[in-house]
Amino acid sequence: MEAFLHQILSGLAAGGIYASLALALVMIYQSTHHINFAQGEMAMFSTYLAWTFINAGFPYWIAFVATLGVSFVAGILIERIVIRPVERAPVLSVVIVFIALLVIFNSLAGWIYTYTIKSFPSPFGGSFFPQNPYMSPHEMGTIGVTFVVLILLYAFFRFTPLGLAMRAAAQNPVSSRLAGIRVGWMLALGWGLAATIGAIAGMMVAPVVYLDPNMMAGVLLYAFAAALLGGIDNPFGAVLGGFIVGVAENLLGAYVIGTELKLTVALVLIVAVLLFKPSGFFGRVIVTRV
Amino acid sequence: MSALLEVTDLHAGYGPTNVLSGISFTVEEGGITALLGANGAGKTTTLRAVCGMIRRRGSVSFAGERIDTRATEDIVRLGLAHVPDGRGTFVQLTTDENLRVGALTRRDRKAVAADMDRMYGYFPRLRERGSQQAGTLSGGEQQMLAIARALMLRPKLLVLDEPSFGLAPLVVQDIFRIMRTVNREEKVSILLVEQNAKLALELADQAHLLETGKVVLGGPAAQIRDDETVRRAYLGY
Ligand SMILES: Nc1ncnc2c1ncn2[C@@H]1O[C@H](COP(=O)(O)OP(=O)(O)OP(=O)(O)O)[C@@H](O)[C@H]1O
Ligand SMILES: [Mg+2]
Repeated sequence: MEAFLHQILSGLAAGGIYASLALALVMIYQSTHHINFAQGEMAMFSTYLAWTFINAGFPYWIAFVATLGVSFVAGILIERIVIRPVERAPVLSVVIVFIALLVIFNSLAGWIYTYTIKSFPSPFGGSFFPQNPYMSPHEMGTIGVTFVVLILLYAFFRFTPLGLAMRAAAQNPVSSRLAGIRVGWMLALGWGLAATIGAIAGMMVAPVVYLDPNMMAGVLLYAFAAALLGGIDNPFGAVLGGFIVGVAENLLGAYVIGTELKLTVALVLIVAVLLFKPSGFFGRVIVTRV
Repeated sequence: MSALLEVTDLHAGYGPTNVLSGISFTVEEGGITALLGANGAGKTTTLRAVCGMIRRRGSVSFAGERIDTRATEDIVRLGLAHVPDGRGTFVQLTTDENLRVGALTRRDRKAVAADMDRMYGYFPRLRERGSQQAGTLSGGEQQMLAIARALMLRPKLLVLDEPSFGLAPLVVQDIFRIMRTVNREEKVSILLVEQNAKLALELADQAHLLETGKVVLGGPAAQIRDDETVRRAYLGY
């Protein structure tokens, strides 16, 4: 029983990371109707940045905040410089740009930091949380960070004028312009936020999977499955999907198929959702007139 | 009275097709100006061109500033509110949030709250549906919401594209009454596109008649009302 509970709880910790990254995917999807395939590699690169700050001697939380700041600005710049020019391009061109970004970040990280696996510190030491047989301090910390992020995002979008402007711009750009909202900047801001959330997910997962240029490949796949499961246009669904995928992955890995085949679960889930319930469990069914 | 909006030799269209071939008209400060014309004459296109929503060429001045090369959001911020064809509801936001979106460019928070109350005074049906998703409102309620949202900008000029479209006659009367109030008491000038020419000419001071991308007639509304061709083609008597 203790082991079972442990599997569920550490599944929740991993799920929080998938939920965060899924949320980043949903944020960009809602305003552009594209899946940012480079989201994981952007997060990976941010994590290397954090590693650089920490290695330069900065305390963990200073490095953490600095990484978020740089990631936010980088996200905005990527939207302005790379994505803006293909805004009205056909879907395939946009997908190619995303793939190009993915490859560029991956090779850039390999070139700068080499492909050698590095360890990444967890800020949640043994003294931070009480010892218990169910969860490691890092897992508890990860869940805590996830909830803080989710609450902050919810409050931002729900209660601030800027959050309202971003939601309006994502939903109806034409009407938003007629209300004087600078829609282009709202999109860029969305990219900045998504990059920031991704950076948090990267820094939380790195102590577990270790730091290397390919560290986010699996995580992005889980996040993608989570977003699809919850409905790619629904932030709440994506978060719930993240936790479900995290727990399911852990339980199946521990009791059913073994850790080697875990990633297959994500793939099967993605294909199954796309085949049987393309709108996910909480997404809106969009009926296209023909 | 001086011109608040001055359109001179405006050309506009979609992609390669030209719809407007050099139209000119003015909207007087403090007045109500109607833009009339048959289906497909280019009324909606004119409003879109004025607001910079489509490709256009020519001169457009608003409140003394040239706006013909400006972006829509900048034009709006000068105080030009546009209730678009099709209402432009933010369907996933609540009624309340729709109104707040209309005032997002304003900084005077207290006045915004007061204005929301005023809008709900104009349209009590909306107040009851304040926390309802706007996409679930009826067509008429969404039309009221679109007008209220535009007024939340505290515009100098309110541009309306067929506000009576799809509304019951009583609601239309209501909306026209509110437009008159807003015009008289809040000194908001109005540019009105309307299928119901009779109603529009009763409300407006000035009117312009559009035919296939050209202004063919313009002047005081009373004069337009008495014009033989207008009477036969648009008023039906
Ligand atoms: N988005 C568009 N793309 C291409 N052509 C368009 C578009 N919108 C309108 N048109 C064309 O422009 C012309 C004028 O249309 P517009 O909508 O301005 O007419 P209108 O006077 O508003 O008519 P109505 O009274 O029916 O609303 C029409 O011939 C129409 O086919
Ligand atoms: Mg029209």
